[in-house]
Amino acid sequence: MMSWLMAGLLFTPLAWAVVSLLVGFRTGRWLSWVGMVLQVGASVALWFAVARESGFYYALGGWQAPLGIELQVDGLALTFVLLTAAVASACGLHAGVYLDPDKPWQRYFWPLFWFLWAGLNAVWLGADLFNLYVGLELITLSAVGLVALGGDAGALRASLRYLLAALVGSMAYLLGVALMYGQFGTLSLAGMSHLAQEYPGLEGAGLAMALMMTGLALKTALFPLHGWLPPAHGIARSPVSALLSALVVKASFFIAARLWLELGPNLGTLALAQLAGVLGALAVLWGSWLACLQPQLKQVVAYSSVAQIGYLFLLFPLTWGVTEAVSQQAQQGMTLQVISHALAKAAMFLAAGNLILSTGSNRVSDLAGVSRFLPFSLFSFGLAGVSLMSLPPTGGFAAKWLLLQASLNSGQWWWTLVLLAGGLLSAAYVFRIYRASFVEHSELDQFYHPPRRLEAIPMMLALMSLGLGLVAEPLLSVMALPFGEGG
Amino acid sequence: MAEDFWLNPWLPLMALATSMVAAVVIFALPEERHGLRTGVNLAASLLKLGLITVMVWGVFQGLEYRLDFTMMPGIEFVLRADPLSMMFAGLSAVLWVLTTAYAVGYLEYSPNRSRFFGFFSLCVASTTGIALAGNLFTFFLFYEMLTLATYPLVVHRGTEKALAAGRTYIIYTLSGGALLLLGMAWLYAETGTLEFTQGGFVEGPLTPSLAIIFALLIAGLGVKAALFPLHGWLPQAMVAPAPVSALLHAVAVVKAGAFGIVRVVNDVFGIEFARDEGLLLPLAWLAAFTITYGSLRALAQQDLKRMLAFSTVSQVSYIVLGLCLASPLGMVGGLVHLLHQGIMKITLFFCAGNYAETLGVHRIDELDGAGRRMPATSIAFTIGAFGMIGVPPLAGFITKWTMGLGALEANMPWVVLVLLVSSVLNAAYFLPVVHRLWFRARERDWPEEVRWGRLETMSWLLWPPVLTAAAVVAIGVLASFQFSPLSWAELLVNREYLP
Repeated sequence: MMSWLMAGLLFTPLAWAVVSLLVGFRTGRWLSWVGMVLQVGASVALWFAVARESGFYYALGGWQAPLGIELQVDGLALTFVLLTAAVASACGLHAGVYLDPDKPWQRYFWPLFWFLWAGLNAVWLGADLFNLYVGLELITLSAVGLVALGGDAGALRASLRYLLAALVGSMAYLLGVALMYGQFGTLSLAGMSHLAQEYPGLEGAGLAMALMMTGLALKTALFPLHGWLPPAHGIARSPVSALLSALVVKASFFIAARLWLELGPNLGTLALAQLAGVLGALAVLWGSWLACLQPQLKQVVAYSSVAQIGYLFLLFPLTWGVTEAVSQQAQQGMTLQVISHALAKAAMFLAAGNLILSTGSNRVSDLAGVSRFLPFSLFSFGLAGVSLMSLPPTGGFAAKWLLLQASLNSGQWWWTLVLLAGGLLSAAYVFRIYRASFVEHSELDQFYHPPRRLEAIPMMLALMSLGLGLVAEPLLSVMALPFGEGG
Repeated sequence: MAEDFWLNPWLPLMALATSMVAAVVIFALPEERHGLRTGVNLAASLLKLGLITVMVWGVFQGLEYRLDFTMMPGIEFVLRADPLSMMFAGLSAVLWVLTTAYAVGYLEYSPNRSRFFGFFSLCVASTTGIALAGNLFTFFLFYEMLTLATYPLVVHRGTEKALAAGRTYIIYTLSGGALLLLGMAWLYAETGTLEFTQGGFVEGPLTPSLAIIFALLIAGLGVKAALFPLHGWLPQAMVAPAPVSALLHAVAVVKAGAFGIVRVVNDVFGIEFARDEGLLLPLAWLAAFTITYGSLRALAQQDLKRMLAFSTVSQVSYIVLGLCLASPLGMVGGLVHLLHQGIMKITLFFCAGNYAETLGVHRIDELDGAGRRMPATSIAFTIGAFGMIGVPPLAGFITKWTMGLGALEANMPWVVLVLLVSSVLNAAYFLPVVHRLWFRARERDWPEEVRWGRLETMSWLLWPPVLTAAAVVAIGVLASFQFSPLSWAELLVNREYLP
């Protein structure tokens, strides 16, 4: 049973990608609906199986490592698989209605969408550095393609810029992987961690680590390497932006976090940990500040992603040289931040897409009167905003609470200031949108009402992100060994 | 009601859910279903009043209602009914009924009512949650929800001025929320619990970090309680429609802050600990200063609602001052003012709204002769104003008398002086208004007069202030009856604090 589920989980996206390449947009849409149902079903079933028993290593096709591909199937990985299934299905459903089927290039949406999904699952489940690299490249290439689907010159420019940044990041990462292999003779994360413990002070491993981290930071758009993200996320079609902000940047961060937690205790330094934290803090402040200044709605949301990604990098200082309990808190906080940001940001981009569809303009100032005509989408946007501001009971709050506790308990009180300031700044840009929507103009009463389904999808995501804080306890207990070994 | 009735733990949640469900239903109703919306609103507020009444009776009998579940590792969501929470929940339930009726009349013929009443219900839900919160975390949850739910009400009219006021409001309150969060997270890191406990859970001796935590919590709550110098948002928020001002001043926002301060002092730090470690004295000075400062600013106002706003700044600090006396009578005086101020202030705001809607009058100097044109409203206003000044036997007198005795009991005679000065100042800004109402003749036409049939104004607008004014008289005259605010505050203080 388990192996059937695993096979379904891994091969549907690839199979669907290939099949939908052969058909048009509308047929692809039908096919994809079926595929989404299968994916969500397999993810849910696997998640409950692991929640009941425990995680396991899964050798693909029965071939054991080091020859075959080994997957690490634990609570954390499956939670991310499930998250991906939820968010990607929501974006896929939204895109099916939102994208214009008559534009010939839109038929490439479905293949790219499925390749992206396959890549994401590969990253969550991957257990060795090279497989993670393959997953990462699959994600990058399909994400670049999806950005280019915007169709105009601006979209092409943004996607090329994205491609360039992503390729440089991949090179750095791959170089690091090669150096690691030279040093340890293995690519398996568990094996490396074991060796690093046994032979501390290995020359060169530190450099390899730094290279990999830099590459991944570039792909995650950590300040000051974030320049490629706002144009790409801002100009892509809304469902694509949602996918990119919610999931794609998390994949590279996930690899960085796993590397850090496995190898950091032996190869990392205090300076590296604090540097990552400081850059994260700057990202929070700078990204939020720029989000407050953007005249365009989607750019606001895109810069908000830069800021929210910054929080994730507080993981590094909060897990280095601290007690096990603090590290646990920081990891739990980080996991919740990844999940809640994914849900909230997807909701926000999809709702922003609806608002743009309705007013016919991407400008914040053109939202006047929307609170009267499109309250539902605005409400979804607002609820997602509450999660970004990390007010209770949202998942964002739960994450922030755990991070606050971790920084207070480890004596690194300066991060609390960043967390609080970040919350206030995010309130500033979210309320800027509300404020624009409450303005009353008599002459601006021309609105197009998007279909109900488009409005319902972001609301579902926003509610999930809102309710995440309420179920944080059971969810965290399934991820009892975050980033840890399977059973 | 039986001790082990199975529904008991669920009552607090049901009280909370009535307004939540009402909000969702109202948001879902189309804009033009006015009748149905009013029905839902009134039904929900009456149902809630019923639930609260049942709980008040139960708490009086010594029952405890409690519901909890774990949200995050170590963090529980707790709803609980104790005498203090019943005081605040009762106030909000009673005034919700009246304010809803008032708002129905006030907003007739105006757009965006669905949005207004939806957020209005959310606002009341937050207030109920604040009242019933059983730990600091749950309190914080609803405290922030209140901020978000009131913002759309403040900016309801969508004008430049309203949007600017909303901006100020949100900056103040969210910053306050951030301070509160920091204090709370730190407190949890230090003590490992957040549960409101009789006599407080903080254990001595007072360390510098505990003192800073206390300051952070009070500052965070002081923003909503409009303690000087954190009061700046309140006079600006006056641009909101009258029912919103009434609710903001009487029940929701400022009271949430004051109630939070009571909780922090009594149930987090413990009143005796806070008094013995000298935490309360600076707070008492600040409250005394705010009382005087608010009254002085009120003297200088030309706009009726702005004057009332500064009066609120002053009056809410009575609650804090009474608490800081840390003597039984002082606490009774402070706690009872939580209710008294609410009922008096809502009366005044209802009346101010009536003058604005019926006569188009916003400024104090335009009020000449309004007593003749709108006698019932003006009588209600006069009663409210006299109550604020502290004329016996009205509600305000009870507060000031009890607090004065409490100050002597606590050996802080300077507080009596503050009370006297404040009463003189109250008289100095309220009496001229009353004088204009009754003793000046009308020489010009009203700025924008509207007539509704036989009565002086629409009956939806008329009855709420008349009823609350009657209550101001009743709770003063009947202060020694068993369920009067005064007796309830005495019960609370005797049962829970300072035995």
